[in-house]
Amino acid sequence: MEATTWGWLVLGLPLLGSMIIACGWRALPGKSAGWIGVGAIGLAFVCSLGALLALLDQPAEGRQLTDSLWDYASAAGLEIELQILVDPLSVFMCLVVTGVSTLIHLYSLAYMESDAGYRRFFSYLNFFVFSMLLLILAGNFVILIVGWAFVGFASYALISFWYRRRSATGAGIKAFVINVVGDVGLVLAAFLVVRELGTLDFLESFEAARESFTTNDGVVIAICCLLLVGAFAKSAQIPFHTWLPDAMEGPTPVSALIHAATMVTAGVYLIARMFPFFELAPTAADISAFIGLATVIVAATIALVVTDLKRIIAYSTMSQIGYMVVGVSIGAYTAGLFHLMTHAFFKALLFMAAGSVIAAMANRQNIDLMGGFRRAMPFTSVTILIGALALAGFPGFSGFFSKDEILVYAAERGGMYWIFAIGGYLAAFLTAFYAFRIGFRVVYGEPVKEARELEHGQLAHGEPENPATGEREDTDVGFPGPEHHIAERAWPMRGAMAVLALLAVVGGLIQIPGVNHVLESFFAGTFEESELFHIVPSAGAAWAGLAAGALMAFAGIALAYLCYLRSPGITARLQQRFSRAHRFLFRKWYFDELQNALVYRPMVALGRFSNAVFERFVVNGIVDGASGVIRGAGSVVRGAQSGFVRAYALLLIGGFAALGLYFLVVAS
Amino acid sequence: MDTTWYLVLSALLFAVGAGGVLVRRSPLVILLCLELMLNAGNLALVAFSRSTGTEDGQVFALVVMVVAACEVVVGLGLIVAMFRRRVPLDVDQIRGLRG
Repeated sequence: MEATTWGWLVLGLPLLGSMIIACGWRALPGKSAGWIGVGAIGLAFVCSLGALLALLDQPAEGRQLTDSLWDYASAAGLEIELQILVDPLSVFMCLVVTGVSTLIHLYSLAYMESDAGYRRFFSYLNFFVFSMLLLILAGNFVILIVGWAFVGFASYALISFWYRRRSATGAGIKAFVINVVGDVGLVLAAFLVVRELGTLDFLESFEAARESFTTNDGVVIAICCLLLVGAFAKSAQIPFHTWLPDAMEGPTPVSALIHAATMVTAGVYLIARMFPFFELAPTAADISAFIGLATVIVAATIALVVTDLKRIIAYSTMSQIGYMVVGVSIGAYTAGLFHLMTHAFFKALLFMAAGSVIAAMANRQNIDLMGGFRRAMPFTSVTILIGALALAGFPGFSGFFSKDEILVYAAERGGMYWIFAIGGYLAAFLTAFYAFRIGFRVVYGEPVKEARELEHGQLAHGEPENPATGEREDTDVGFPGPEHHIAERAWPMRGAMAVLALLAVVGGLIQIPGVNHVLESFFAGTFEESELFHIVPSAGAAWAGLAAGALMAFAGIALAYLCYLRSPGITARLQQRFSRAHRFLFRKWYFDELQNALVYRPMVALGRFSNAVFERFVVNGIVDGASGVIRGAGSVVRGAQSGFVRAYALLLIGGFAALGLYFLVVAS
Repeated sequence: MDTTWYLVLSALLFAVGAGGVLVRRSPLVILLCLELMLNAGNLALVAFSRSTGTEDGQVFALVVMVVAACEVVVGLGLIVAMFRRRVPLDVDQIRGLRG
């Protein structure tokens, strides 16, 4: 079969699964909705593999295949087709998305088992995977925008999944609004592309851009900056990042799938996909890289002090995506996408393990309340440590190879790009520290009450309450289910986590400097025409970089060991000593307050002003004035309407008589 | 005979009808007077038809009769309805249209 046929199957299966569950949920017995969801995504993964094999059959230069089903829209001289582009980049993304999604669906089978919205959950989740694949496989800007917006909606629906929690619906709306800002950026970018190049097709527009733009043309910089608005809103980069920590209101599998492994990497994918534009606009690419680096550092520092377990991992996600953005912006496409893949593995794993721990804590997420789950939850503890090691970039684990490859590439380009290498290594130190802040505090230390009870086989069962606000809740539909499921007692969770743990360990081995370069040769089919793609650091430099990364990881882990295990009082003393700095970080650099002050409050003030002045005096003035004029005219002519039938008759007869007389006079 | 006399009679009948509509207050009588006016018109039409020697006027007169019949049906129906609902049968007291 052709690679594009496999591509259509990859797209169709999740949509089919979503539709079956959404339309037939009443008829689906028991837990079958979950199995349909798992099956649909699993088959999509198999089809992605089929697309990979079909693509590998093609000669290296013929690996960009397009296919369209029908005309999607045809207007204003543009023929827009429902078109997919199957090339190494999109197949790679499909494999990552469907692979990780399959495992997370499997995990959700058990994790969401006692939730009243079980079927709704799988329908949403399948729809999300469909939208994400549409975004990835899109062959032109219109389909990309459609997928982009679908993904935003799916994210909204899943963040607000527990829709009777006020904090969840608020977080959903926040995510949606910020994502729509990104959508607008993307739409404007597509508009500029049409105006300048006259086509919306990816491959055609890349070709046309190389011919009609010179390096750093104003227009191409504008296009790239607008694309970046879209990418940053989706990928939670500064200043559009505030929705991501709040998105942790969603169920944990959602955090693992959407807000760690797949959706938030869409921005990285977009920058990589649009590389011909970014290489024509090095200024925009540099802006992007600097914002990425800023996000890496800011998010890493916030992750040092936040106490909510899921939010720590969320800030870590922002930080890691910052690495990817730096990578694909400076031209390290292979490295950036490589990190995207390994990050998907270990971050999904960390979230799943966190979900298991949170379930053991009866839905409480505060890391200060946790500790000593080593004996109570051996499996979860091991996966947390594996995830933390991979995140920290411990030698041999997947994150070790991918993160350092980006930084070595930055150093290889030299000059200004050294900033990214140095900043990246500094943040790697912070990363290792906060990764083991999670690892040591949750796994080691003195067991808390819940851990002790669990050691005796008693799973904590707290009152249902909102972990963010402490509000009492129901366990009815629209709230989390009454029971909690931990990995030790549910084989689907254990299976999914075991596979991801394996991948988090060995995932880095496909691209070892000086040994093999599977990804690099595969991506050549997409990035062949890029000059930056062909800059490859020497094996010696790469290994030096790896050594530096290892050093940072060791240092970070050692410091975490010192702070949390050797002498646990240190952090509290530091916190007291530098209370102002701690508060600055704890309030997340005041980004929420900044957004409130810059956007939200002025908008509210503008609304109040419009209501008090414009609405009251101008709009009401026009309406009242018009009705006043009509009323006045009415009171003048009202006297004629006496209501006497005979008066009307007299008027009629008199009028006709007068008319007759007039004609007589005129005729004579 | 000269057409003039017919027209004079028609005008007289019309004036009587119009006067009745204007001075009487009972809806029933007003309806009768309206009939008188319509038939005055018919008389004029038939007289003209006769003087010109064509049938057009007579056809018109037939149409007017049909219209008159319809109007009587509606009018009488209204009067019966008013009577049943105890609305006073006096056109001066029915003043719902007053502005």
